[in-house]
Parts: sequence; structure tokens; C-alpha cells
Amino acid sequence: MKQEFKIIANLVEKNTRALDVGCGDGILMEFLKNNKKIDIRGIEISKKNVQKCVGKGLTVIEGDAEKDLIQFPDRSFDFVILSQTLQAFLNPEIVINELLRVGKKAIVTIPNFGFWKVRLHLLIKGTMPITENLPDEWYTTPNLHMCTIKDFFNFCNNRKIKLDKALAFHNKKTSFIKNSNLNIKNLSAELGIFLIEK
Amino acid sequence: MNNINKTKKIIVDKPLKLDCGKIINNFPIAYETYGTLNEKKDNAILVFHALTGDQFVSGVNPITKKDGWWSYAVGPDKAMDTNKYFVICSNVIGGCMGSYGPSDIDPTTNKILGTTFPVVTINDMVNAQYNLLDFFKIDKLFCVIGGSMGGMQVLQFINNFPNKAKIAVPIACTASHSAQNIAFNELGRQSIMADANWLNGNYSNENSNPNKGLSVARMAAHITYLSKKGLQEKFGRKLQKRDDLKFSFDADFQIESYLRHQGSVFVDRFDANSYLYITRAMDYFDLIKQHDGNLSKAFIQSKTKFFVISFTSDWLYPTSENKDIVIALNAIGADVGFVEIESDKGHDSFLLNVPEFLSTLKNFINTSYLMN
Repeated sequence: MKQEFKIIANLVEKNTRALDVGCGDGILMEFLKNNKKIDIRGIEISKKNVQKCVGKGLTVIEGDAEKDLIQFPDRSFDFVILSQTLQAFLNPEIVINELLRVGKKAIVTIPNFGFWKVRLHLLIKGTMPITENLPDEWYTTPNLHMCTIKDFFNFCNNRKIKLDKALAFHNKKTSFIKNSNLNIKNLSAELGIFLIEK
Repeated sequence: MNNINKTKKIIVDKPLKLDCGKIINNFPIAYETYGTLNEKKDNAILVFHALTGDQFVSGVNPITKKDGWWSYAVGPDKAMDTNKYFVICSNVIGGCMGSYGPSDIDPTTNKILGTTFPVVTINDMVNAQYNLLDFFKIDKLFCVIGGSMGGMQVLQFINNFPNKAKIAVPIACTASHSAQNIAFNELGRQSIMADANWLNGNYSNENSNPNKGLSVARMAAHITYLSKKGLQEKFGRKLQKRDDLKFSFDADFQIESYLRHQGSVFVDRFDANSYLYITRAMDYFDLIKQHDGNLSKAFIQSKTKFFVISFTSDWLYPTSENKDIVIALNAIGADVGFVEIESDKGHDSFLLNVPEFLSTLKNFINTSYLMN
């Protein structure tokens, strides 16, 4: 399992109810179910992945997070997880609002467009950055709304979304993001991991 | 219909009050089973059949001599593996394969009931079939499953008996029969009733049969079970055993010949009055209305794990209607999975060899059986 999932799993409290939005083939769900006794549900857009999840005995519905979160009642989950897909939505703000409506807390991870390699790529090569976390060409990328850790941090502050935890992830290491080190983390981290609530 | 007396039956002596108000007593339920009920009695799957189905899910149907209607899904090593599970299926009341229906004889007059048979509902069908649990002394089923009208019975079963099944699989169905579906059913009924041989439903007593009407009803319905793309790919404008158009009303096109064949084989195995009664039951089905507009209430008492399946090319019971069931279940935090299977085979997909459907179903059933 990738390191990012381990960090997410650490943020989820045991014996709670969680929804994995865009759960893929269910690796994180399986881990949370088996290791943290989470009552876990998933929503996934790809039929193939839904079928894989079903094969693992996971409860997943095929659906589009942008349209289908509406069916879940307010605060029906303790945690709602969104891993590296926020930037792919037509309207990320609506999705964030939905995550925070459906879940008491949400865990959101974002590939950081402020990472120095990304900035350098654009500065030196003058073409759209391609990195490990952003592997697609500009014409094939599903990412419509790239943002930086700083953007997301500011977004939460402006929208009065409480940042319970803000973590920077780079080279298999995590560190806390604070107001005081925001500019540095925004340059040095590949990934931002946020535990938020309204 | 010969050989019907050879089918297995239970006689239900507990009176059943139908939705129409009438009470029925000592009525037969014809059933078939596959596989073996284990000692713990926790491996039973109750399959509900669709409009023109019957209790012969798998193997060879002893009456039609054809494969059982769900042979792709039920049998040794199939999605519902009869090496592991005990599969029960019974003919719905109103049907014509041995369960109480309009082709039964009224003991007071010694005549065939015909349209004096009471109008039954999906709810009545489910309540009647519930007697099989008592008969087999099964406290809780492992699974209730069915497609189309079978799926409606799954939903009604959980509504009526919230904790009598560990898992429920409604496939290609709806919680409320749509105007379009009522319209198609009415077309079929009118076709039967327009046949001069229908005789107000009294044809059997007069040695007559509305074969033409029933056949046209089947032809029209059959179109709704397929998709435009599926029809086009299979038949296109191909001609039937001829090089050119004949400038007549013969079956020039293969699709015409195919539909005529479907109609003609259907009348050999199905009773016209049963067709009227069962389509009526489908039309009356509205689980949403049963709960004053809130479908979630139908399932609120239940701890059953649901898996809803729809098909991309099914326009008769489209994904949107299947999703409404999922939405109602999610609204109450029920355990529900959902997948829409890609298929060109229309509503009939659930009956056919659609590998992704069958493997997904198999996975769901097997993993659910292992879970506590």
C-alpha cells in the first residue's frame, strides 16, 4: 500500500464510519476495514474498479462524486476521504462542501503544484510540468483545477474550514504545515494531506 | 400444459389475505430446488422469477425441455453455485406452472377459474412464497435475488420480512412501475383481450385459446427486452431465407421471422390469463407509494446487505430507476453496493451470458457468504 494511504489511515479513528470517495480498487478501504475496524463504504466512477471492490467483499457504489454524494444524509459518516482527485472535479468547491456536509470530518489530499520540481519544470522547460504525481500530458490530464498547498491552506482559512491537521509529504516523510512554515512546505512537499472540518 | 402435475408442490393451509381483500386457502405453490440445504440451514438462496419465468431456474425444464431460464447464473460452479448453495425457486401465484393461478379449477363449479381468479399483487406473490421458508424450516435465507419482476419481489420481500435474508440482490428492476412500463403491459393485455378466442377469459372451458393475441403480446414485449443496438447488430435488415423482398406481408426480414417464432413458442408454454394477471401485478407495484413517497421507509427495519445491478442498454428498467433504490438505501445508511454493467443486450442482459455480470454476481455472493 502506498505511503499516502498509511498516513490517511492514521488520521482515521478506529471503529468509526467512513466513506472513501473515488475508492479505486479498494486498497485503502480494505486496509481500514481490516486494521481499524472501520465501517467503510466507497464510491467509484470506474465499473472495472467497482467490480474489483465487490470481489474483495467491499461495499461500493458506482457513481460520480460530483453528482452522487447528494444521496448521503448530513453527517452520515465520521470521515470522508478524498485522495488526489479534488483537482479533477469541475467544481472542487462544491465537492469540498459536500464532503463536509456528508462527513463530520474530511481527509483531502492534493498533489502540490507549488512543489519546486513542478515550478522548475515550468520555469526552465516552459512546458506543463510532468512529475511522478502529475504524470499526464496537458492534453490528457484529468486535472482541471491544479492548486498548491498554499492555495488550499488559504482556501480553508477564507471559507472558515477548520484545518485540524495539515501535513506535508515528501520523500516518505511527513511534517506539519503551519502558518510559519507555509512557504517552505509549499516549495518542498509533493503532496498535501489535510484533515478538515466545518 | 402437460406434466404440470409432476412438479413439486406445497399446499399452503394458512389463509392468505390478498391485497384485493379476498382470502385464499389451501392453495398450491409449485417449486423446484437445486443443491443441498446444509445442516446450519444458512446456505439457502430464494430466487424470484420474472414475468414469464417459472420455478425451473436451472437444468432442463421438464415441461418445455429447454434449459432453465437462469441456467447461466444458477448451477454447479455458476454465480449461484449449487455445489455450495441451496437454490429455491417457486412459481408465483397467478402463474401457470403449478402454483395457484387462473388456469386452476374452481372446486365449487368444476370450471377453470379464468378471470374469476382474484387480481394478485407483488406483495401477495411474496407473502405466498414466504411459506416455503416454513416448509424447509429455514429461519433466515442467505440470499433473495431476482431480475425484473423478480427484483420487485426482492424489494417487497425485504419490506415485508426485514431480517429474513442476509443479502438481497435486486437486478434490472424498479421500486415503482413506470407509466411507460404500464403502457407496454396494457398493449399486451389488449392484444390478448382483442383475440376473439379469449372469450372473456373463459377460453379453457370452451376448448379455445387466444393464441394470436398472446403471441402478439409476447412479440411486443420481446422488443422491449432488447436494445436497438443489439437488434441492429443481430438482424439489421437481413432477409429471411430469400434473396429479395417479396412485396407481400410475409416475414421478409429476419427480425420479423424471429419475433413470430418467439410469439409462437411462447403460446405453447404460457397461459394467456396468467399473462394478464402477472402484468397487472407488475403495474400495481409501487413500493414508494406503499410508504407515502419515502422509499427508504421500506428498508429501515432491515439489516440486509444489498447489491443493486443495472445494465447500460436496459431502457425498460433503466439505471436511473435502479439507482433510486440505491439512493433510498444510502439515505438510511444501509449497506448497499451498486454497479451498472456494460451490455448491448438490453433488459434481457440478466438472463443471458454477460460475463461481467455473472462474475460480479458470483464474487458478491461468495464474499458475502463468508462474512459474518
